[in-house]
Amino acid sequence: MTTPADRHLLAMHRSEAAVSVELQTEDMVLNIGPQHPSTHGVLRLVATVAGERVRSVQPVMGYMHRGYEKLAEVRTYAQITALVNRIDWVSGFANEIPFIVAAERLMGVEAPERAQCIRLILTEMFRISNHLIFLCSFPAELGAPTPLMYALRERERVLDLIEGVTGGRFHPNFNRIGGVKPAAGGGSTQRTRAQDLPKGFIEGTRRAMTAVRHVCDDLENLVLGNEIVQQRTIGIGVLPADKAVEYAMSGPNLRASGVPFDLRKVEDYLPYDRFDFDVVTMPNGDNYDRCRVRLEEIRQSARIIEQAVDSLPGGPLQAKVPRVIKVPKGECYVRAENPKGEMGYHIVSGGGRRPYRVKIRSASFCNLQVLPWLLEGALIPDVIAILGSLDFVLGDVDR
Amino acid sequence: MSIPRSSSGKRLRSVVPGWGLFKGMWLTFRTFLRKPVTVMYPVEKEIPPERARGVIALDVEACTVCMLCARECPDWCIYIEGHKVQQPPAEPGGRARTRSVLDRFDIDFALCMFCGICVEVCPFDALFWSPEYEYSAESLADLLHGKERLTQWLATVPEPPALEGSEPEGGEP
Amino acid sequence: MSLLDNVWVVLAVKLGLAVVILFALALVVMFAELKVSAHMQHRIGPYFAGGRWGWAQVFAEALKFLQKEDLIPRDADAPVFRLAPMVSLLGTFAVIVIIPLSPVLVAGDLDVGIFYALAAGSVSTIALLMAGWSSGNKYSLIGGLRAGAQLIAYELPLVLAVVGVVIQAGTMSMVGITEAQAQPLFHIGSVGISLPYALQGQIIGFVIFMIAALAELVRIPFDMPIAESELVMGYLTEYSGIRFTMFLLGEYAGMLAMSAIASVLFLGGYHFWGLNADWFGPFVLIGKSLILVFVMIWFRWTWPRLREDQLQSLAWRWLVPLALANIAVTATLKVVL
Ligand code: SF4
Ligand code: SF4
Repeated sequence: MTTPADRHLLAMHRSEAAVSVELQTEDMVLNIGPQHPSTHGVLRLVATVAGERVRSVQPVMGYMHRGYEKLAEVRTYAQITALVNRIDWVSGFANEIPFIVAAERLMGVEAPERAQCIRLILTEMFRISNHLIFLCSFPAELGAPTPLMYALRERERVLDLIEGVTGGRFHPNFNRIGGVKPAAGGGSTQRTRAQDLPKGFIEGTRRAMTAVRHVCDDLENLVLGNEIVQQRTIGIGVLPADKAVEYAMSGPNLRASGVPFDLRKVEDYLPYDRFDFDVVTMPNGDNYDRCRVRLEEIRQSARIIEQAVDSLPGGPLQAKVPRVIKVPKGECYVRAENPKGEMGYHIVSGGGRRPYRVKIRSASFCNLQVLPWLLEGALIPDVIAILGSLDFVLGDVDR
Repeated sequence: MSIPRSSSGKRLRSVVPGWGLFKGMWLTFRTFLRKPVTVMYPVEKEIPPERARGVIALDVEACTVCMLCARECPDWCIYIEGHKVQQPPAEPGGRARTRSVLDRFDIDFALCMFCGICVEVCPFDALFWSPEYEYSAESLADLLHGKERLTQWLATVPEPPALEGSEPEGGEP
Repeated sequence: MSLLDNVWVVLAVKLGLAVVILFALALVVMFAELKVSAHMQHRIGPYFAGGRWGWAQVFAEALKFLQKEDLIPRDADAPVFRLAPMVSLLGTFAVIVIIPLSPVLVAGDLDVGIFYALAAGSVSTIALLMAGWSSGNKYSLIGGLRAGAQLIAYELPLVLAVVGVVIQAGTMSMVGITEAQAQPLFHIGSVGISLPYALQGQIIGFVIFMIAALAELVRIPFDMPIAESELVMGYLTEYSGIRFTMFLLGEYAGMLAMSAIASVLFLGGYHFWGLNADWFGPFVLIGKSLILVFVMIWFRWTWPRLREDQLQSLAWRWLVPLALANIAVTATLKVVL
């Protein structure tokens, strides 16, 4: 039974259909990337577009494949540590952790408490640095270049601290099996002394955390509170919780969909259970929530760091390990909550100085699986916004 | 395990719609009036921390051409050549000793990934990190630095930094 | 003096003067954008070129662009591709000649001045369409089409916003509108106080005009046709060298032209309380325009961009009805008072 109003609607649809049949146009294939300002490197999206509407998207990856898993087979454990922090170069230190912990577990050594705490502090610092990078690149993709400078300005403080401790800004190479050690060795004085945190680190950390919190407030005003940003992000790229789980999303992208899953609470690769922090989740799973989760996580990380700095245990930095590191036969998988999501290493050791096989599970690669589903039917500007909100790094995707 | 915190999903809505736009403008305007944080690079310089891995310095006297660094380097960018010389015995009647002399010690900084493994494995304390960073070159080939150049950098190697908690200090555990 | 009696010579001199002033000011705006954006981002910006403040940076940039190879893609429609930047500049120059710098300093005071200005200003959009279509690049094409779609969105509110002023002034001549704003509205003692139209109830018209002007100028938050994070550089993707410079100059000159029109229509043009319009007129008008330009730059470096459909809905659901209401109210008041 159709009411007159329905019939009217029907007629309208019909006329619209007639128009669109008349104007039926060919779909255009648009190559977004591999060289494109917003693909964070060399991701390529083959998009079939009808006007501005994207019908389907096929991500093409592998332009930056560097063969880490193969490289790792011909390198010693110390060399691999230097390699793996280049996988996701925005959060280099966090990449080292699961690898080192896996190797340590195979060898049956455990890093001393102080070393573990320093690891934890630096991991959280890299989380802050990573999320600040997100907060500068995501608004830039929406067309606002200014938050970039504000976020990078404060990130500089964090990086300076990291450099002071490890000697490297991006690639710290600070973890050794059984402990931590800056690579700035050399000279017998340095060998004995230059191990621990440099003076002023704790003070500097407190100051940096204040600055980071401050810039979080600023960015909240500038980005999240901005009505244009809200127009561009709220309700765009919605990823419901069940889909997120289905597509094996992890990290902030998963938590933005309302799934309270955080490996820092689940696993015990670092002593997170000593500190009090919240797992931030947001209910809607759209671009806005993905951005907001990261902003809140910066605050949580600052909270963890402040607690850790206050209760830094004393003691040695290095457990007793043989001079030539040989990992006994066996295999081990350790996963960790990286800034971008779950990162895991499956090490198969044949008992030598080099691993037999290393399988790397990287967060960005798995997070990108959802792209074809998420981008279908979006507008081109939203494609870029959604892409940006997923926070991936091509090094982490292609490895 | 603390209870996961779910935000109410409330958006940061301003009381007056559109007010958020002006909050942002106020922020940029305030920044506009503040002194910029830029470091005017060639005129002023940032001083990297002591541990910064800027460039590798070589102490030729200490090096014994043991090749450990070249072997452990993950990308094999250290090139070492040496030869042995007979040394006259220290005292008459003693055995003549051989000593290794370094002919060539090149590091290709275009390949080096600044991991620090060479510095760490050197058993004779011949390699050091220096925070010096101004050695860019116009072609990749110019980044191959020989032992003369590496030795020059030895002068820039700083003292290791003081450590946190090494001296008694109030408030630090 | 026989030479200056010839109307064509006079016209040529006036045009030349207008073009020179516009170019000089466009460079000033370009420099302002570099500097203001830098300081808003806590940077210094240009510093070493020229003297202390890096004032020569704009010349350096212009020269740099001039040296670059003038590339035309193989698949481009070469004649149209070459023509587009000129058309873009032409539209802006056509507008600038009718802006009165002082009661006498005006290249051409047309009776239908504002009508002409709005019509000529839209020519630039044609240039964008030409550029987008002829580049032979999918991104350019999308950019050009977005520019076309944008035209539909902002042109109507732009014109409607002006209508209120025209009703109030009772003339379409730019000089006429300026002089109408100089009429004393009320008296404090014996001093007649005049108010610019923005303070005479046309504030809504002013806001609508500025929003629409931003859209016409393809500036953030409406720079969807360029959208460098989405469309690489939109219709500008394939341009380089001198043609790119022309577009760039066109953009900055356009900002000035639009600001100048807005100053004339809503902010009292060359008049300022207590300043002699004959002598200070040009400075007053340029000063007002530069303030508006600053505000545009300020927007640019604070806000992100909207989406094309959001601009459409903003224009049709908010700006057009508001502008219509504005006209209705203005007309009613005009009749009643
Ligand atoms: S720092 Fe690393 S890459 Fe560079 S020379 Fe030393 S071992 Fe090789
Ligand atoms: S490891 Fe040290 S001593 Fe051996 S070759 Fe290298 S620099 Fe010389």
